[in-house]
Amino acid sequence: MSARADSAPHFPAEPDYLRIEGISKRFDDALAVDNVTLGVRRREIFALLGSSGCGKSTLLRMIAGLERPTAGRIVLDGEDLAEVPAFRRPTNMMFQSYALFPHMSVAGNVAFGLRQERPRLTREQIDARVAEMLELVQLQRYAARKPHELSGGQQQRVALARSLAKEPKLLLLDEPLAALDKKIRQHTQLELVSLIRRVGVTCILVTHDQEEAMTMASRIGVMSEGVLLQVGTPDEIYEHPSCRFTAEFIGETNLFHGRLEDGRLNGSDFPAPLAIAAEAMPAPGTEVWLSVRPERVVLGRQPPAAVNGNVSINAAQGEVDEIAYLGSHSVYHLRLGGGGRRMIASVPSAHWGEASAPARGERVWAWWLAPDGVVLTR
Amino acid sequence: MSSGPAAPVPAPPRRPFFLLRGRFWVASLPWAWLLLFFLLPFVLIVNVSLSTPDLAVPPYVSPFSQPQAEGRPVFPPAFNPDLGSYRRLGDEVADLARPGAELQYLRAFGNSLLLAALTTLCCLLVGYPFAWHIARSAEGTRNTLLMLVMLPFWTSFLLRVYAWMGLLDSSESGLINQALLALGLIDAPLQLLYNSGAVLIGMVYSYLPFMVLPLYANLVKLDMRLLEAARDLGARPWTAFVSITLPLSWRGIVAGSMMVFIPAVGEFVIPDLLGGGGVLMIGRRIWDDFGPNQDWPMAAAVAVVMVLLLIVPIMVFHRHGGRGDGAGEAGP
Ligand SMILES: Nc1ncnc2c1ncn2[C@@H]1O[C@H](COP(=O)(O)OP(=O)(O)O)[C@@H](O)[C@H]1O
Ligand SMILES: [Mg+2]
Repeated sequence: MSARADSAPHFPAEPDYLRIEGISKRFDDALAVDNVTLGVRRREIFALLGSSGCGKSTLLRMIAGLERPTAGRIVLDGEDLAEVPAFRRPTNMMFQSYALFPHMSVAGNVAFGLRQERPRLTREQIDARVAEMLELVQLQRYAARKPHELSGGQQQRVALARSLAKEPKLLLLDEPLAALDKKIRQHTQLELVSLIRRVGVTCILVTHDQEEAMTMASRIGVMSEGVLLQVGTPDEIYEHPSCRFTAEFIGETNLFHGRLEDGRLNGSDFPAPLAIAAEAMPAPGTEVWLSVRPERVVLGRQPPAAVNGNVSINAAQGEVDEIAYLGSHSVYHLRLGGGGRRMIASVPSAHWGEASAPARGERVWAWWLAPDGVVLTR
Repeated sequence: MSSGPAAPVPAPPRRPFFLLRGRFWVASLPWAWLLLFFLLPFVLIVNVSLSTPDLAVPPYVSPFSQPQAEGRPVFPPAFNPDLGSYRRLGDEVADLARPGAELQYLRAFGNSLLLAALTTLCCLLVGYPFAWHIARSAEGTRNTLLMLVMLPFWTSFLLRVYAWMGLLDSSESGLINQALLALGLIDAPLQLLYNSGAVLIGMVYSYLPFMVLPLYANLVKLDMRLLEAARDLGARPWTAFVSITLPLSWRGIVAGSMMVFIPAVGEFVIPDLLGGGGVLMIGRRIWDDFGPNQDWPMAAAVAVVMVLLLIVPIMVFHRHGGRGDGAGEAGP
């Protein structure tokens, strides 16, 4: 997994800074956001992750007051925002395509929000704050430029400065890096995180890029079709997905579908009944899915030796179908048994030691420890 | 001649002008249009304005014409402009300060400019929300609404003005008066026709589409997220309108206002029909001088002055680009 910013301090006793309670949004006939309940802590960077069209932006826009919820409430720092119009909310948003005012200079854009403050700020106060913001994003020299005279990355920083200028209680970022080139995006992710931490603002970030969410956020909410499926830290979400969608959307996985009988998964297309970990076992007879991450799968030319303790192993023989060599590791695509069931395994390059790595068409053993599989009921 | 970016060596061989690239011909089309339909007629009118009125056909003597007796025409012909018409206009300006001066041309000018300005203002006030609403409608509805804006053009302009006369008729047979009387809201018919209100209604009605269409074309391009951003940053609706929408639609406002103002200055049919002809318009004066008065040089001189009066401010405005520079090409 990619390098991740360290988690925000978490005090369980502290109530959630932002509480979203049973919020829904219906457009004509479609439910864009479906009964979402969510808490965000003070100073946290929270990512809403989901594929395009799943309702992330709509949720964000309801928090900003740009869209009226069909049902539910939003409480920020103890204040119910239901009747607060957008222009009075203590939130500021950075729009997906920045929405910079084309007829104003960089300084004018950043000053715009400050000019709306009541009671009014003096000219000196505004100028000082604008200078401070431009220094924060290192654009002092560009104050007089118009937005169209800036590069994409610079425009992104102007948009950020503009949304931070009013010291919002909550910063809303809608796909903040989507418009940037892939090359500068990764570098900007960490820069953005460190800047947000320095300012100390609570932040909700919307993205469809799982790597971006995992790099930047302390916690992630996974959304699909308007429903919030799971909330957790990046490793919780990766290692313990709560449903098939999350397991497949975040990273890659091998899924086996079957029915639970005597502590085993029967009827899957794995050549043998599957051993699963004992804790939190659903009732016998339940239809379940078993998710096994590729890096949990071990490959070998010999069948696995018994492991000490009473940990069970799932093992099967398969034929190497394809190999993607990625430097530090390789991804093997196997065909299990004689059938068409495919499985992927991610194997560190050092794994094979002195021996040569298996070639395409070779038969190998693949196995994993029962606790490495995650049982999913939906 | 413009031929794109600086060409690298070797320079292409020069072609004869009739083999120049298609782009050249396309680029020169607007200029040809301007030359053929504006500059050429304008030069002819200037020529007439410098002529001497005469009882002949046509009723003037061109400044280039030569005394009949001299036999063989010479080249270049002698140029003997008659500035009489301009002098009459100049005398009126000089008379401005004198109380009781007649000032028939200046008054007509003033009336026309005032009516055109009022018409433009009203068209803007009515047309802006109109155009905004169309631009913000769903795409299917939009085309229908635009069709409706242009629908009046399908019937004759004169017919529509007469229809207004029927509506506003101040006798009991006027449609509006009939309706009000029937509803019992009034006891006697109202004086709706033949006043400045009726003229303004007719003018705004006739010129509104020329305001709505350019404004619509501009507003439909306005990025609504800019307004959301303004709201998000704390701008109340009116502030957002004044600081974002208005400057970004400035070009549309200017275009629409010119489309209304310029033809409205020359308008005299509507004031004649709906206003009863009591107020003299400059267009009417020109018409009278060309027609009944048979004073073509005077009519031409007034027309020339009018064009110059309109064109100079427009060119100055254009040179300085108005406000909202670069706003037309908004968005990243
Ligand atoms: N103003 C709107 N009117 C109708 N449908 C909308 C509107 N805004 C969003 N939607 C629909 O709601 C769903 C969620 O949209 P959105 O929140 O923008 O998704 P995301 O940001 O996750 O890509 C989409 O199916 C979209 O078509
Ligand atoms: Mg979106």
